[in-house]
Amino acid sequence: MRLEPVANPSLLRTTVPPAIAIGSTVVIASLLAMAAGANPFSVLGLILKGAFGSKFALLETLNRATPLIFTGLSVAVAFRARLWNIGAEAQLYAGALITVVLGTGLLQWGAFALLPTLVIASVLAGALVLLVPALLKVRFGVDEVVTTLLFNFIFLLFISMLLEGPLKDPMGMGWPKSERLISEARLPRIVDGLRLHWGFALALIAAVVVWVIERRTTLGYEMRAVGLNREAAGFAGIPVNTVLIKTALLSGGLAALAGFSEVAGLKGNLTLDLSPGFGYTGIVVAMLALLNPLAVIAAALFVAGIFVGADSMSRAVGVPSYLADIMLATALLLMVLAILLTRFRVVRE
Amino acid sequence: MDIFEILLSASFWTAAIRIASPLIFATLGELICERAGVLNLGIEGIMVAGAFAGWMAVYSGTGLWMGVAVAMAVGMLFGLVHSLLTVPFGLSQHVVGLGVTLLATSLTYYAYRLALPEVTSPPKIEAFQPYEVPFLSDIPLIGPALFAQTPLTYLAFILVGVVGLVLYRTPLGLALRAVGENPSAVAAQGLSVTGIRMGAVIVGSGLMAVGGAFLTMSAFDSFFFEMVNGRGWICIALVVFGAWKPGKALLGAVLFAAFDALQIRVQQMPLGADIPYQVFLMMPYFLSILALIVMSRRAEVPAALMVPFNKGER
Repeated sequence: MRLEPVANPSLLRTTVPPAIAIGSTVVIASLLAMAAGANPFSVLGLILKGAFGSKFALLETLNRATPLIFTGLSVAVAFRARLWNIGAEAQLYAGALITVVLGTGLLQWGAFALLPTLVIASVLAGALVLLVPALLKVRFGVDEVVTTLLFNFIFLLFISMLLEGPLKDPMGMGWPKSERLISEARLPRIVDGLRLHWGFALALIAAVVVWVIERRTTLGYEMRAVGLNREAAGFAGIPVNTVLIKTALLSGGLAALAGFSEVAGLKGNLTLDLSPGFGYTGIVVAMLALLNPLAVIAAALFVAGIFVGADSMSRAVGVPSYLADIMLATALLLMVLAILLTRFRVVRE
Repeated sequence: MDIFEILLSASFWTAAIRIASPLIFATLGELICERAGVLNLGIEGIMVAGAFAGWMAVYSGTGLWMGVAVAMAVGMLFGLVHSLLTVPFGLSQHVVGLGVTLLATSLTYYAYRLALPEVTSPPKIEAFQPYEVPFLSDIPLIGPALFAQTPLTYLAFILVGVVGLVLYRTPLGLALRAVGENPSAVAAQGLSVTGIRMGAVIVGSGLMAVGGAFLTMSAFDSFFFEMVNGRGWICIALVVFGAWKPGKALLGAVLFAAFDALQIRVQQMPLGADIPYQVFLMMPYFLSILALIVMSRRAEVPAALMVPFNKGER
């Protein structure tokens, strides 16, 4: 077989493969739920209900989507320029780290000065963390996939070291956790009484800003050109390495905001389980959004919904919540295939 | 005990070879994939799946070697998924690889929870026991290190030779190397690039799974979450360090494992008492990155690595 580009894809061709991909994901999840001895319809229903079925569920989903929007944007920006940043997890923790370092009493400022400072500091910290692999790639040609992956492990150990050492909360009963942020460093709720903090709004703003950068600025144009064809971009006079470094700074900074938002908006302190893999899940979010910054919002809500819904379903009927991860992996793999099939036709030899 | 004494002790080298064994299997597996032009980032998840599948098979009553075969089959299945998407459809090897890792890991954890819903500590199996090769294991230092290991370790070392022979001394190996360098030339010979690449990824993934199974069936006797813990990613670095050659990759794996065994021992020395243990745990990852930096300048990367082949294009 071989693939042949389709010049003017019909409506059918652009909609049917993605629909089949989603449908197959649901079928596979149902089969797995049956393997666990549960009724697949009730499992799927419970996931939906647990994600969007009540005000509480919906707020929980929005809260869970917040870090995923940031990491999804981080990955989308990087992948667009074909910079394979798999290290959003480390960059997230870098943002969280600088937030607790500055926000637990070191800076005794009012919220209007402190919160923007924390945002900027987080962005810088995350940018710095991705700068190292980016420089290694540009200077030595070291593959950034492996280095960013390995940095995730290194950085988590580094955080663990700090939480058992200088950052350890003396009142923490021996648990490895940081002190709590001062109240000026906490992100307030958007609406009083509703458990949703300004981190979510910041995530939406970030998505719009990234969209504007990508579509309306020279840097965005250069990033897309580098991503489409690095040689051609270089030949056209685009400084490829500089663009890759700028992309890395932007991508690392965005992922770090996830850490800031989780600490300042939700948790209030830093622990080793701050992120249950938000950095890795950001890859799924970005791919489902086809790397479009605005679509990242919808993809993050979808992914967060599956996680929150699966947690609640798991508590109700005892099907392991890993079902959510399986659904995401399946959706990811089938979706990239489906997107390909909207643009290419398979020709038999 | 100082570092010099450690380096001259048989127990240290025995541990190093044991730590190297799963890395050898998985690195060989990744090497086969990459030599055929396919980067397989599914390695981490496939190792998790192999670790669980082999152990679970033995726990449910099959023999140990049957367990290895089951692990291999599971790995090959994930290899099939990976290669179907990346070879004939030419999808991004990064995205598909990470997707396969996520899929294999989550399916494994799901299966674990279904199979053992109520356990707090996972059950143990009767794992592979060391087999002392007569006479050879009596050689000082290298005897116990090389000839008093479990059969799976011997298999790992034998496989290095087998993979080297097949790659460099058989028509199949020539074809496999060629699809990683110049697939159009292979197609012009009337051979199927798709078939060879898919075969390489499937076999390579099988070996990765055996590497995972080594952890549950030889190094330990039980399955834990997070037990693979980045070993797959380290193997990808080892392939680069080994310049895509089986012998050098073996050397890299043993060096790496020796360093790992050393850091465990230094932790327990007075010298290591003042240093946070996390620093020691970081070392293997730093070492991998360092190896990548050192080797990257003179690495002979397969020319068609990560380049999909679509017949009739160009």
